[in-house]
Amino acid sequence: MSVDPSAKQNETTQEHGHPHPKHELSYHAKRIYAIRELLLEKGVVTREDIQAQIDYQEARSPANGARLVARAWVDPKFKARLLADPKAACAEMGIDATSLNEFVVLENSEKVRHMVVCTLCSCYPRPILGRPPDWYKSFNYRARAVNDPRGVMREFGQELGADIEVRVHDSTADIRYLVLPLRPPGTEGMSGEELAKLVTRDSMIGVVDALPALPGSRKNA
Amino acid sequence: MPRGHHDIGGTTRDAGPIDRTEHQLEDWEILADAVNQALGARGIKRTDELRRAREEMDSELYRSLSYYERWGASMENILIEKKILTREEVDRKVAEFEKKWGEP
Repeated sequence: MSVDPSAKQNETTQEHGHPHPKHELSYHAKRIYAIRELLLEKGVVTREDIQAQIDYQEARSPANGARLVARAWVDPKFKARLLADPKAACAEMGIDATSLNEFVVLENSEKVRHMVVCTLCSCYPRPILGRPPDWYKSFNYRARAVNDPRGVMREFGQELGADIEVRVHDSTADIRYLVLPLRPPGTEGMSGEELAKLVTRDSMIGVVDALPALPGSRKNA
Repeated sequence: MPRGHHDIGGTTRDAGPIDRTEHQLEDWEILADAVNQALGARGIKRTDELRRAREEMDSELYRSLSYYERWGASMENILIEKKILTREEVDRKVAEFEKKWGEP
């Protein structure tokens, strides 16, 4: 997802202290601007507070998670640390996960796949992956992930063998999950940077595996 | 106890295919997100409070609002509950904006 850069400008370059919407806003959207304005007037939050949050969210993307996963694939000691103390492992990689109360990394195996949902709303490891995709917040994903995870995976293009166990994890306001997908076969000798390209957002939510190695990318280690 | 409108895991009403179309966030959605996070960073509201507010919403409204509209509505309710602002203040501010924006 790319964030509309004009949003940033709106925050920083408003001349008269009110927004200039490009098109008609819904009743509830207008109320957001009103709430923002009132909170600023009352000194509850500052413009800088709001801008800092916009900047923070813009700096978050699945690329952060992909770096963690790729490093875990090539560095077994890091993987052990990532599983044992995910926040500390994130800090090592310069990723600030301190805003999460509890952060759990779930390691996939040949026999077990993990899948993450928030059935009640949309809790997601935002410091690691950024804002969740629309489908993650959809009623259909929230409803189906818990009783039809294999069907969901099929929709995302992955048919899972009946001998593979699926474990679904329901996020809460206090616990967020990240799936550590399996390292695809044929990726021996690939660099961390190359490997990170195989780690998709969806593979870290657990609805699919990481991408297969591209033909011709295999190297003789 | 009957299920709340938010408690939809495993329910059949939403058993259809998952729409994977992504929409680009509009400015007001980015703002709703950022204001909410800024309130959190200042210790004014917590995630579980916001969720409770969404869970207490009218069920029809919950289903009909878009994601960030739900955020906005629940954030407003929490701020009113905490006596940080009033419904009337928000109404007045909206009317003020509409006047400036040249809308009815």
